[in-house]
Amino acid sequence: MQESNSWEHYDHGADIGVRGIGDTKASAFEQAALALTAVVTDLNDVEPATQIEVDCEGADDELVFVDWLNTLIYEMATRKMLFSRFEVRLRENGLSGHLWGESVDVVRHHPAVEVKGATLTTLSVTQNENRQWVAQTVVDV
Amino acid sequence: MDLSLLIRESEFAWRIEAHGNMRVPAVIYASKSLIEAMDHKVYEQACNVAALPGIVNASYAMPDAHWGYGFPIGGVAAFDPKLGGVVSAGGVGFDISCGVRTLRTGLERHQVEATKAELADRLYRAVPAGVGSVGAIHLTMPEMDQMLKGGAQWAVDKGWGWVEDLERIEEHGCMQGAKPEHISAKAKKRQQDEMGTLGSGNHYLEVQHVSELYDEETAAIYGLHVGDVVLSIHCGSRGLGHQIGTEFLKRMAVAAGEYGIDLPDRELACAPIESSVGEDYLGAMRGAINCALSNRQIITHLSRQAFSAVLPQAELRLLYDVSHNTCKVEEHVVNGKAQELFVHRKGATRAFGPGHPSIPQPLREVGQPVLIGGSMGTHSFVLAGTKGSEHKAFSSACHGAGRAMSRRAASKRWRGRSLIDDLGDQGIVIRSPSFRGVAEEAPGAYKDVTEVVDAADEADLARKVAKLEPMICIKG
Repeated sequence: MQESNSWEHYDHGADIGVRGIGDTKASAFEQAALALTAVVTDLNDVEPATQIEVDCEGADDELVFVDWLNTLIYEMATRKMLFSRFEVRLRENGLSGHLWGESVDVVRHHPAVEVKGATLTTLSVTQNENRQWVAQTVVDV
Repeated sequence: MDLSLLIRESEFAWRIEAHGNMRVPAVIYASKSLIEAMDHKVYEQACNVAALPGIVNASYAMPDAHWGYGFPIGGVAAFDPKLGGVVSAGGVGFDISCGVRTLRTGLERHQVEATKAELADRLYRAVPAGVGSVGAIHLTMPEMDQMLKGGAQWAVDKGWGWVEDLERIEEHGCMQGAKPEHISAKAKKRQQDEMGTLGSGNHYLEVQHVSELYDEETAAIYGLHVGDVVLSIHCGSRGLGHQIGTEFLKRMAVAAGEYGIDLPDRELACAPIESSVGEDYLGAMRGAINCALSNRQIITHLSRQAFSAVLPQAELRLLYDVSHNTCKVEEHVVNGKAQELFVHRKGATRAFGPGHPSIPQPLREVGQPVLIGGSMGTHSFVLAGTKGSEHKAFSSACHGAGRAMSRRAASKRWRGRSLIDDLGDQGIVIRSPSFRGVAEEAPGAYKDVTEVVDAADEADLARKVAKLEPMICIKG
């Protein structure tokens, strides 16, 4: 991971925004995924022990990004897992992703809140003035 | 919100005249101080909703309105299918049919005080809460489809509750028109192990006592007296509803363009009621309503078991169950004519006034119970629907306090452990799997629900009946 890649949260009333910043669009998506896990728990507590693969689609970059986050939310919910490492390979109108994580351990992870879904509010996938990619949206918790 | 943008119609009603692409005006019901504190985004979103095809009368915002997704949370809008009216996944929300159910226990406060910790432990063990929690019930796919069609009626048939519960639930516990075939395999898979679970965030299971009455006659008909202990359940359609919301938001974002609907905000994603996408969503959403109703029914059953183990004399009888994230077909009088409208309530509670035929007979003469949840550790309210609300906002009222502070700010400001200790000193027992979750739900992170409820009462959206104080709170 390059040092300039980062993630952050931003406020949205009752909910929370996830933002990934990276030198490439794919790394911005990966960083936003880290921000998503950090809504639920401390990233340092999640062992990247098990790998799973996902595939996402959308009519444009923004909808691919929303599908990516919603796929992670779905995998967290149905596998009862948390993820702390991500790899994204983008293609036209879609991506393939690898996720590494482990089963939820309530005692160790103290999961704060369940994420219901990624919204389209403040959704954007753009390049900033430093030519870095920024992918963001608000998630409903 | 900038007051100069609004026309003050009365002390508690503020109007935004139709301008730009708005088809109807927008009306916000709130006190001056609530309006001043309200996010400008509520103004924008209420105006955007007013621009959607087929909207009738006005786009409304309740006193607890705040920035939502497309629709404001606390938004009410009715659409006429004959005028090209739309249905919107964002106008219902991700947590379809999230709502509040309140049960009387037949117990008085002093009876519960002595066994409060034990009762809290029993309830906490009985009702799974929080991230990754799994219920004892695993549904096969055929059972899932039966649940989606049958709602709380299905749950009662399976032995989770009493037949008499059903008459105290909206739609008698079973939303007609559910179409499980329009619900994806993913949505169903997400729900398979989540029946009878509470979820997280602002959802809770709370043992409360009636601390104050505002309308003794109505309270007596509701069976509420000062000192009575009640149980309130706040949760929704769990993973199934979230997945349906997610999938149809995406589908409608594309469909709206195909139907020639010009969206001022992509989040307003919608489709004509009379279209294949619109009909598919309505069928799926009604299945999610049944999922929420059966979920609250199962939690009721689990809570009854927990109570009977500690306080065998308890008899938990349903006061009412009302949802605050829905789209429902209702008859309303518009320009002197009764019409069938599709009423969206996103973070708003249906509040039918006295005499409405859908109110259970024993309560009908005083109006439908309107259940308003506070935040963890603060009070909740029971209100009653009024006649006036019909003309004000298609019989709707507020739904809760609304956040005053983000989760991030709250978790920096408070520590879960010390909050639990502080609330314990006030006599409120908290049980939760996550200290961080408790910190994010700190009472101080929410607005004062009293001001919201007072505004709803003053605006004649609903009238105050009783105040409930928490004794035990189970938090996801």
